Parts: sequence; C-alpha cells; structure tokens
Amino acid sequence: MEKPKRFYGKGIPGVKLDQLKGQLIVVEGADGSGRSTQMELLRNWLERRGYPTVNVGLKRSMLVSRELEQAMRGNILGTRTLSLFYATDFADQLENRIIPALRSGFVVLADRYIYTLLARAIVRGVDPTWIQDVYSIALIPDAVFYLAVSPKILVERNLRKHAVLDYWESGMDMHRTSSNMYGSFIEYQRSIQKEFKTMQKLYGFDTVDGNRSPRSIQHELRGKIELILNGRSDHFKEESDETDVKEGITRAAAALADGDKRDQPAVRSESAKGHRSTHRLSE
Amino acid sequence: MSETKKDVITGKLVAVEGLDGSGKSTQVYLLKRWLELEGYKVFFTEWNSSAIVRKATRKGKKRQLLTPTTFSLIHCTDFADRYERQILPLLNAGYIVLADRYAFTAFARDAVRGCDRGWIRKLYAYAINPDVTFYFDVPLKTALARILDGRTRLKYHEAGMDMGYSKDPDESFRIFQGKINQEYRRMVREFNFVTIDATDPPDVQQTKVREILESKIDLPRFRWHGSMFPRRTD
Repeated sequence: MEKPKRFYGKGIPGVKLDQLKGQLIVVEGADGSGRSTQMELLRNWLERRGYPTVNVGLKRSMLVSRELEQAMRGNILGTRTLSLFYATDFADQLENRIIPALRSGFVVLADRYIYTLLARAIVRGVDPTWIQDVYSIALIPDAVFYLAVSPKILVERNLRKHAVLDYWESGMDMHRTSSNMYGSFIEYQRSIQKEFKTMQKLYGFDTVDGNRSPRSIQHELRGKIELILNGRSDHFKEESDETDVKEGITRAAAALADGDKRDQPAVRSESAKGHRSTHRLSE
Repeated sequence: MSETKKDVITGKLVAVEGLDGSGKSTQVYLLKRWLELEGYKVFFTEWNSSAIVRKATRKGKKRQLLTPTTFSLIHCTDFADRYERQILPLLNAGYIVLADRYAFTAFARDAVRGCDRGWIRKLYAYAINPDVTFYFDVPLKTALARILDGRTRLKYHEAGMDMGYSKDPDESFRIFQGKINQEYRRMVREFNFVTIDATDPPDVQQTKVREILESKIDLPRFRWHGSMFPRRTD
C-alpha cells in the first residue's frame, strides 16, 4: 500500500500530505558520479512506460537561481548566507514544482536534494543541527540513491569531460591557500563522502556503487524504482517484509530484462535488504 | 537566539522593532546621529538591505513568486549576509551596532504568514540576542493613520495582500498589522524588549531611549581613539 508522504519536520504550511500521490525519487552524487546520465536514462525509461515525469535539481528555481549563480561566481557570500540562499532555491522548487507535480501523480526525479546541501554546509563548518532544522521543511523522498564513486575516478571523469576541475567541487573556497587543486579536490570529495556516510545512518538512503558501468547502475536503480512504483516497497518498511521485497525485486528484474532488451541486458539483480531508517531530523 | 557566543563579543548590539508607522526608524536615526556626534564607534544596518540578496527579494516580491516559506528564507538569507559580513565583524571590532529591525521582525511577520514559530526561531538560531531591543509600542490606529495618510499606495506584501484577507489594500493592511502587533506583544517578555511609548512626542521618546542606552551600555568604552576622528564639535 502507498504510504502517505511526510515532512522531516513541520514542513510547508498548508500542504495536505495525503494528496501527494506521486513518487519523489532522488539521485545524489558528486559531479562526475554519472548522476546526469542516470537521471536521463531513468526519465526515458519512465516516460516510455507512461509515467509522467518532472526533473528538478539544485539552482533551478525561478526565484533565486540567477542571483545565486552570480553570487557564487564572485564567491562573496559567507557560508551561512550561501546555505540559506540554497535553501531558498530549494524551497521555491519544493513548493512550486515538486509538490504540485506529486499532487498530480507525477514521478519527480530530483537530481540532488537536501543531502548534498547538508553535506556541503557541514564540511564548511556550519552547525549540523541548525542546517537540519532549516531543511526540516523538506519532504521525505520515496527513495534516495547515492552514487558513491571514488575521488580518483571522479577526478578522471571530470578532467576528461571539462579538462578542468570545478572551483566549488574542489572545495577551493575552503583551501584557498592550496596551490594544488588536484589535492584539494580529492580531500574535499573525501570529506563530502564521509559526511554522506554519516547521513546514511541518519536518513537510511541507498548507497549505489557508482564505480561500475552506467548500465549496471541503471539496472540496479530501475529494479529498485520498479518496486516503489508498484507500491511494494518503501523506505519505512519493517524487516518482516523482506521476502516480499525480494519477490518484488526478482519480478522487477524480470520485467526489466523483458521490456527493455534494447539497451539493457538481463543482469541478475542483487537481492535487496529491507530498508530501515530513522527518517526524522528534528522534533 | 544564541547567548553563548556573547562573552567574546566586545561590541554592543541595539535593535529597534515596532509596526510600520511606529516611528522607530526616526528614533534609531536620531540615536545614530547622537552617537556619531558624541564620537562613538557606531554602525547602522537596516532590514532587507543586503546588496546581493535584495535583488532576488525584489524580483520575488514584484512578480509575486514568494510563498510564506520562501519569503521567510529569503529574508533570513539577507539577514545572514549582513550578519556574517557586517554585524558580527563590527561587533567583534568593538562597535555599537544599531539595527533597524532584527530577527523579531521575521518572528512576527512569518508567524502571521503561517510559518511554524519554532522553525522561524531555529532559522535565526545563530544570531545573538541584542543587548537592548527597543520596542516602539503604538496603538494600531495611530500606526495605520501615519502610514495610510502619508502614502498613496501600499505595497503588495507590506499590506499583507498575499494573505488574501481582503481585496482592499487598506483593509488588508489593517488586518495584517493587527496580527503583527499581537505577535510583537507576545514577544515583549520572551525577548525582554524595552517598551517605548510611541505616542509620546519624538523628542521625549528620544530622551528616554538615550537614557536607557546610557544605563545599559558603558558608552565611554566605545569612543574612537586617536585624533583622526572628530570628538564633539559643539
């Protein structure tokens, strides 16, 4: 059965949670983790199967995205101000895109969500409790996949693509004295990954090994999302439902192999563990 | 609001709060002039005035893109920018910082707009509680008369038109300000406001404000040292 959505904290005033019929699916990961590729493949897959889909991501709000971009270019904002600017951007999209889409029964694919924002702020010394309180307005997603890729592979992919490392993704604002951008990138990505590890315990999201081929990653994601779409799995499920989940996974994998032979070879799905989580931030 | 970091701060923070039309801006202006002319290190900051953030706020207001939550967050962003880059460094440098509106403005307005009171307070958890907060208490009628007489048109958000109280801006403003007034009065004890009767003549109010400030702050500590700055000229 479909479970009603919840907010991490008090949420957005006036939102009727039981009206949010769609699914919110989040993919997290660094630049170069293959996130965008996976998002695009997921979107194609969902739309081919008739699921209306909406894409959201960071810095895409109508309200502040341009101003935020400008402010970042000059690196003139303090850490806390930047965090709040991002929170404004997030809230704008949450209220004006995510929630209306969920109300209409869409699948919302979020290319990053609050977790990246939390990690970035926390590694820069922002009080974790404070920033979690700020984001207690967020909806709890139906699934969060974190693409974990080793920093060395990230460097390679970024360099191959852009021939230059991004200032922020290298944490250069934190290591301004560093003349070694490569080293700064590795160090920064490590600290972000450490933060994700901590958050995983708190939020219970799925860590996906992103060091593999795009294909096998996509296969894993589809298998898991299939279950959510069928209303057979959710992140609040207790352990007792594990057989149920396994059954679903197998069926999903079969369906996947079946309906999608063109770009997806049949790969045996890994068995999934029932997800348990302590999804509450505050209160 | 945080009290813990206060002991390392050598400056003093003074905030003024009150309804539009309470006369608080006039009072804080006079206070600033006095302190400047007396030769004290003083800095003045105004609500919603961060150069970087204000552009976004203005666009949001003009195109009516703001919801209660984003309204609250964008004002908190503006405040954080001024706090991180001006208020806190200046306090650390031993200034008297005068703030025309402080977090309490957000506590009052955002609560009226329906945001959770606890959440709003947490947003501003990093900000220190001012050493003195003057609350300019004015009967709603007087404040409304001052604003509605003085200007021909109320701005959309100022009048609380986003709340849908009334299609008439004046009427909407009345209702909205009434609710804000209630929120302020709830906070008087919570945050230890010093209430000033804003129906008194302006000079009488200013005398009181200066007296109270002198009793709460050891002003001579905040004088400029060195000769390049003027002491008093009279």
